[in-house]
Amino acid sequence: MTERIVIVGGGTGGTVLTNRLTDELATEIEAGDVEVTLVNDTPEQTYKPAFLYVAFGKKTMHEARRPLADLVDLRHATLVVDRVTGIDTENKHLTLAKDDGGLDYDHLVLAMGANLAPDEVPGLKEGGHHFYGPNGAEKLRDALAGFTEGHIVLSVIGVPHMCPAAPVEFVLMADAWFRERGLRDQVEITYTYPIMRAHGIKSIAEWATELFEERDINLETFFNAEEVDPDAKVITTMEGTELDYDLLVAIPPHTGSDLVTDAGLGDDGWVEVDKNTLEAKNADDVYAIGDVAELPTSKAGSVAHYAAGTVADRLASRVRGLVPTETFDGKTICFIESGMDEATFVEFSYGDEPVVREPSQLLHWSKLAYNESYWLTARGLI
Amino acid sequence: MSKSFQPDVTVDSRGATCPGPLMDLIGKVKKLDAGTVIELKTTDSSSSHDVPEWVAKAGHETLDVVEHEDEGYWSVFIETTK
Ligand SMILES: Cc1cc2nc3c(=O)[nH]c(=O)nc-3n(C[C@H](O)[C@H](O)[C@H](O)COP(=O)(O)OP(=O)(O)OC[C@H]3O[C@@H](n4cnc5c(N)ncnc54)[C@H](O)[C@@H]3O)c2cc1C
Repeated sequence: MTERIVIVGGGTGGTVLTNRLTDELATEIEAGDVEVTLVNDTPEQTYKPAFLYVAFGKKTMHEARRPLADLVDLRHATLVVDRVTGIDTENKHLTLAKDDGGLDYDHLVLAMGANLAPDEVPGLKEGGHHFYGPNGAEKLRDALAGFTEGHIVLSVIGVPHMCPAAPVEFVLMADAWFRERGLRDQVEITYTYPIMRAHGIKSIAEWATELFEERDINLETFFNAEEVDPDAKVITTMEGTELDYDLLVAIPPHTGSDLVTDAGLGDDGWVEVDKNTLEAKNADDVYAIGDVAELPTSKAGSVAHYAAGTVADRLASRVRGLVPTETFDGKTICFIESGMDEATFVEFSYGDEPVVREPSQLLHWSKLAYNESYWLTARGLI
Repeated sequence: MSKSFQPDVTVDSRGATCPGPLMDLIGKVKKLDAGTVIELKTTDSSSSHDVPEWVAKAGHETLDVVEHEDEGYWSVFIETTK
């Protein structure tokens, strides 16, 4: 009997996994013992880290997209461009938007990423910008290009959110960008964060707080936006603070996928998984990788990438009738831009407190080089 | 054991590291009416003092912090005031 592996979501996690599996199981696939199917709702993949650079006019959206057909090995995997609309873990069946017959699976991997939910905060959609999606990043680029004086507020509203470093990077880059353009004296920058410090990870919070002081960036903690008044340009918080802005850049609340909640796989759309095996807690033969998985670490591409490696190994063992032994230790790596031409780097696993390295130009170039070579990584070449 | 307070809502954040438990609580408080008693369960020791700090700042009330030593978690009881 052919073992059918279906992967939902062709982002970072889903493509790396598809390529790892087709590499590892090429012989079994050619013999007809295994089938690998990748389902994505668009024919292209968008590389989200590029949005940060799009906002400052340093990259275009065109550079951030690639056809999925160029990223996966279509000799060994089937690409289905369709939207999964239902998951039935009892009958091991997926419903699809366009294809009435849907898809049956023996092993399912969910890699649908995270969604933005700006509607959760009244007024945010009308009053706030963001750089967490292609349209948002382009609109913010235009707003920033025309911004010559006033108060920019970067407010982290959603936690957890994709790439916990990106908001810190944004204000540090904005500071450098306005300095380069001779406008910094006319621009006030404030960064807000929901808890008692500037970041969830203590060492990053301490590092960022020191830099914010040096660079004259205001910091507001315990700041949970409750409402935005787009006309008066004021944010009101649950803690009773009111903050005026001229340009609001918000990290909107995030949610997982409704499919997950509807299938009983986890609350708020995040799949509850064993943090080491990545197996769903509430269903058999279901795994989750990347942002859609509820893991005690960052929602970052590197996590999706390493988790994909673990699931590829475990699935290969399963289809070969072996006991899977590979586990994920929470490995996360993250380059953090600390200006327009310098960056730092952190690396940690579950429970570790990362050490923040001294920022350097070399690390900045490493981040840019990684962004360029990302497509080779997704294709499984490096 | 939680003897003194009967929660209306329980937020189970055991296993989550900072800021998970606090953010879970904040997410819940947003949706609740005044006078609701919430029990936040957390295995993260720092939450047992960070959470009351936020509760005070946001103008709600911490009723009690109970340590369940055997099971390795804390219960923070909060009452919403607005
Ligand atoms: C501004 C920004 C900067 C970032 N910078 C970094 C960084 O520097 N380093 C880093 O490591 N990470 C960074 N990230 C985070 C990183 O992009 C994500 O963590 C990563 O993309 C997660 O991969 P994923 O495979 O889980 O999901 P995604 O890459 O989001 O892919 C999910 C895919 O699933 C598809 N999909 C969703 N639902 C369905 C459905 N029902 N049916 C079919 N298909 C579906 C989507 O269309 C999408 O193609 C950044 C993110 C942002 C927004």
